[in-house]
Amino acid sequence: MGLTYTSLDTTKLSTAEVYAKALCELAKDDERIVVLTSDLAKSTKIGVFEEAYPDRFYNVGIAEQNMFGIASGMAKCGLIPFTSCFAIFNACRALDQVHTDICYQNLNVKMIGSHAGTSFGQAGTTHHATEDIAILRSIANLSVLVPADGMATAACVAAAIEHQGPVYIRINRGFDQIVYREPISDFAIGKAITLHEGSDLTIIACGSAVFSALQAARELDHVDGLKVRVLDMTTIKPLDEAAIKQALKETRRIITAEDHTIIGGLGGAVAEVIAGSGMGCAFRRLGLPDAFSQIGYHEDLMSHHEIDVAGIMKNAREMMQVDFEEDDDWTDEV
Amino acid sequence: MPLSLDQAIALEKKANELRHLIVDTTVWAGSGHLGGSLSMIDAAVLLYYHFMKIDRTNTDWPERDRFILSKGHAGIGYAALLSDLGFLPKEDLKQFNLTGSYLGIHLDGNKVPGVDASTGSLGHGLSIALGMALAGSQQQKTYRTYCILGDGECNEGSVWEAAMAISQFQANRLLTLVDRNFAMIDGPTEDVMGLEPFADKWRAFGLYTEEVDGHDFFAMAEAIERAHDREQPSCLILNTIKGAGVDFASGDYRWHYGAIDESLANEAHHSLDVYHQQRLSAMKGA
Repeated sequence: MGLTYTSLDTTKLSTAEVYAKALCELAKDDERIVVLTSDLAKSTKIGVFEEAYPDRFYNVGIAEQNMFGIASGMAKCGLIPFTSCFAIFNACRALDQVHTDICYQNLNVKMIGSHAGTSFGQAGTTHHATEDIAILRSIANLSVLVPADGMATAACVAAAIEHQGPVYIRINRGFDQIVYREPISDFAIGKAITLHEGSDLTIIACGSAVFSALQAARELDHVDGLKVRVLDMTTIKPLDEAAIKQALKETRRIITAEDHTIIGGLGGAVAEVIAGSGMGCAFRRLGLPDAFSQIGYHEDLMSHHEIDVAGIMKNAREMMQVDFEEDDDWTDEV
Repeated sequence: MPLSLDQAIALEKKANELRHLIVDTTVWAGSGHLGGSLSMIDAAVLLYYHFMKIDRTNTDWPERDRFILSKGHAGIGYAALLSDLGFLPKEDLKQFNLTGSYLGIHLDGNKVPGVDASTGSLGHGLSIALGMALAGSQQQKTYRTYCILGDGECNEGSVWEAAMAISQFQANRLLTLVDRNFAMIDGPTEDVMGLEPFADKWRAFGLYTEEVDGHDFFAMAEAIERAHDREQPSCLILNTIKGAGVDFASGDYRWHYGAIDESLANEAHHSLDVYHQQRLSAMKGA
């Protein structure tokens, strides 16, 4: 792939900076790659691409609808446009262009939505993106990726270039806690990564909730002796249904965790798989409730919504107390 | 080089055939956007049969000129034109709008050969066209991109986002054409949401802008050549008549979309014949 950074880089660079660095490296050998932004070169850290490739960089000003339309036209002519703007604009401001110009035409546009979830904490609801996964995963042709940290983001960017068709990559503002210290050699769109093995309970997480889920699993092992499986579900669509069904069979308790509304996002997607499987399990979705987000530091909001380490541990412990009818023989129900 | 009389007559004969085909297709389809297809068909014929560099045997030829019908609801007119170019069998127009057909009101670029972009949601086409023009520059290609917008869709803010960017990026090989038929679904454009001073708006956004009779091949051809020669992005406002050539629809905003039965179709065909003769006489007399 030509990616040369290490975990040292990811401690020094925010997730968006890793994205920009990775894209600059990948663009060296691929002249089809161009970048568009909407006066967000600085905010989304993609300005370094402009320095490296000024002729392949288009700042369209504060006009996201136009940006996605232009990207569509470029992709139609063989380029691979990467768009960089806030996640909320992909899902709301310019959704018609994302839906019709890019996804309906199944074009090779890679959309980076930054400042996702509540990661732009103090900016408040107008700058949070807490419905984007639900909205965008319902659009045909579109792959939806929610990487956990910088290294995972780099893997997503590389995979997105290889993938034919539109891709949405949802990243946070600022630094993420590091989940991956080495480049993810076996990353593939549509495959969950098992970060922690366990048979008592499975936590399926994406984005910034992955680190919390992994820490929670480790603590629960140490303190309670609970064996918790953690799946990093970077790809929300196409969803790794096999990994979910396996967790369902083997652990029979599932918690989902995401910095997003519990309606229709990762939790909703997993719920659909569980309901469709014909197999029962104890299930809980962690995320934002059906209410607009609050203003506050990202970590405080994560804590408030119980998608931090303590919150996930609390819910895991409660889940272990849930009394549900276990049926030893599921094979006759499928 | 100005259009010769023979060239203009040939274009008018082609436009006449297509106007009849649009009426027929509207009957086969059960209904259609008759008004807006008839207002833009002369400009589309002039572009495709006189100016555009295309390969009828290879719709995906990378060097081809691009055409974006931003007013995608005129798909019934565009499909007729594409069938005449040989991109799809004329016979297929009989399945327009039918369940399971690849042809419907707004043409799907992934299904209909020769369609450069799937349009329908208004206010999108100009940005897509700009992306194609920028991609051409990026790849050192010399193709041109043409985009026909409806006037009503210029209510959409995204059109002006695109206009601003066309000027900023100096997309000189993109030509913006607006089918100014003065009508939209709910009424005359100036009653629903006024556009005037329309040409000045485009000029204010940095585009060299001319107003021209959108049913006059000579005038349009000269204006297009002037636009091509300029080192500046250009816009042509084509003053047209909605439903041009069909008496009962001509100039009437209520014929934005509608159904016609056999009897109305006969009336339309007769009216188109008269219209064609008048246009030929005017050309020869000029």
